[in-house]
Amino acid sequence: MNAAYLRFELLRTVRNRRFLFLSLGFPLVFYLLVAGSSRNVKDLGDSGLSAPLYYMVGLVSFGAMSAMLSSGARISAERQAGWHRQVRITPLPPRAYLRAKVLTGYLMALLTMAVLFVAGAAMGVSLPAGRWLEMTGLLLVGLVPFAALGILLGHLLSVEAIGPAMGGGVALLAFLGGTWFPIPDHGALHVVGQLLPSYWLVQAGHVALGGAGWGSRGWLVMAVWSVVLARLAMRAFRRDTARV
Amino acid sequence: MSGIELRGLTKTFASPEGPVHAVRGIDVSIAAGETIALLGPNGAGKSTTIDMLLGLARADAGTVSVFGRAPEDAVAAGAVGAMLQTGELIRDLDVRELVAMVASLYPKPLDVEETLALSGLGAVAGRRTQKLSGGQTQRVRFAIALVSNPELLVLDEPTVAMDVEGRRGFWETMRAFAARGKTVLFATHYLEEADAYADRVVLMAQGRIVADGPPTEIKGLVGARTIRATLPDVPLDALAELPGVTSAERRGEAVVLVCADSDAAIRALLAAHPDARDIEIGGAGLEQAFLQLTGDATPAGATA
Repeated sequence: MNAAYLRFELLRTVRNRRFLFLSLGFPLVFYLLVAGSSRNVKDLGDSGLSAPLYYMVGLVSFGAMSAMLSSGARISAERQAGWHRQVRITPLPPRAYLRAKVLTGYLMALLTMAVLFVAGAAMGVSLPAGRWLEMTGLLLVGLVPFAALGILLGHLLSVEAIGPAMGGGVALLAFLGGTWFPIPDHGALHVVGQLLPSYWLVQAGHVALGGAGWGSRGWLVMAVWSVVLARLAMRAFRRDTARV
Repeated sequence: MSGIELRGLTKTFASPEGPVHAVRGIDVSIAAGETIALLGPNGAGKSTTIDMLLGLARADAGTVSVFGRAPEDAVAAGAVGAMLQTGELIRDLDVRELVAMVASLYPKPLDVEETLALSGLGAVAGRRTQKLSGGQTQRVRFAIALVSNPELLVLDEPTVAMDVEGRRGFWETMRAFAARGKTVLFATHYLEEADAYADRVVLMAQGRIVADGPPTEIKGLVGARTIRATLPDVPLDALAELPGVTSAERRGEAVVLVCADSDAAIRALLAAHPDARDIEIGGAGLEQAFLQLTGDATPAGATA
């Protein structure tokens, strides 16, 4: 990995102040609104988790999904500017280009997590250090499909289309995944939710109850989404950068 | 070291109006260390040729060899730096940072501060890329190509959007770089630039090479001037035979003489026809010169 190149990519991202404040600010404001009004709920919707903890993970998943997909928006903007042609006539391998984009998305996701973890702790969320780490680990793994989705959308969509696509997509995935309320343990929402990676992101909060965070079904769903989206992303990348 | 070889290159694009034959079979050999101008009007196929040379486009037929390697291998080795015709800069970095970012991708880049100074960017090195003027942006794009310290520097219409002062500084830097033994290929549609800064000029029109030689030779071919004068009742044959005149045509009462040597032609014209009035002498323009060279009355894309 070219460290200098990655450093400049990160620098560019955090310098974009509006993007930084909006992508960190929205999940925080939402969290303060929903968790603030139900601070004392000990078992939110039979999830077994307190409202501050449940919503903390729920909004981390919302914010981190957006952060990962925002690397797609950056790819799309570079394509529109013609910068991708300039990059292609440098020795930077395509792999390293994509890796820098994914790592930038992960950095933004980690910032969102940090902000919400602090807010959660202030709301009374208290977990042993090991549980915090385990939860963070599950969230990072759970973001793999979204890293691939960001690359896919970035090479597929124009700058004009990618904003609405990301906004709508994240809102829908967050809703069906249980960001705003716990998904009931039966019925249509349950069936649909369990097939979505966003559902399992939210479920990462269950590490607080002890035992496995996801179970085999969760790992399987994540693995399938990761493989499928990564393949589609590579195909979109290759087609977009093929010599014509 | 072997140089650059383009052999039988052909490229056709599909378009709603049917296929566009952008490049129709060209052969060029460039020795290492040469400075070559690719001269031609818009639509001549210069940018398509450059895309194939850089490995950005795949040739339908023919081969490209850059210092004995395929273009993409030469690019991967850091042997090629290029300033493309189109493309904006990425935002949220200052000029120095952007140049350093690109430098970090190459095995033996030039010093960033030296590159900034050479490109005339010292005064704006700390400015964000989104706040530059058109000419400054163009200079940053040059700096990005230069900082890679390539064996082959490719510049596609580099002086577009630069003011006169900027152009002069730009060409001085290009020459200093070429003097280090580097190979430089630049595309232009200005005969003056090709004449002043290239060792050799490759003249393209309608996807073909119509001439290839030293600048003086190319200048003789396309540097024609025209004399226009009101001169009724004189046969065109007599005018065409005047010294320095290559062809003559009539437009109403006026005649237009295309001249290889307009100085000789005007003296002869006034001696033979002292009644000639409203005389104008002007450059024939590349397009007109290309039409004569290619002998094609309806060229595709050469009318812009």
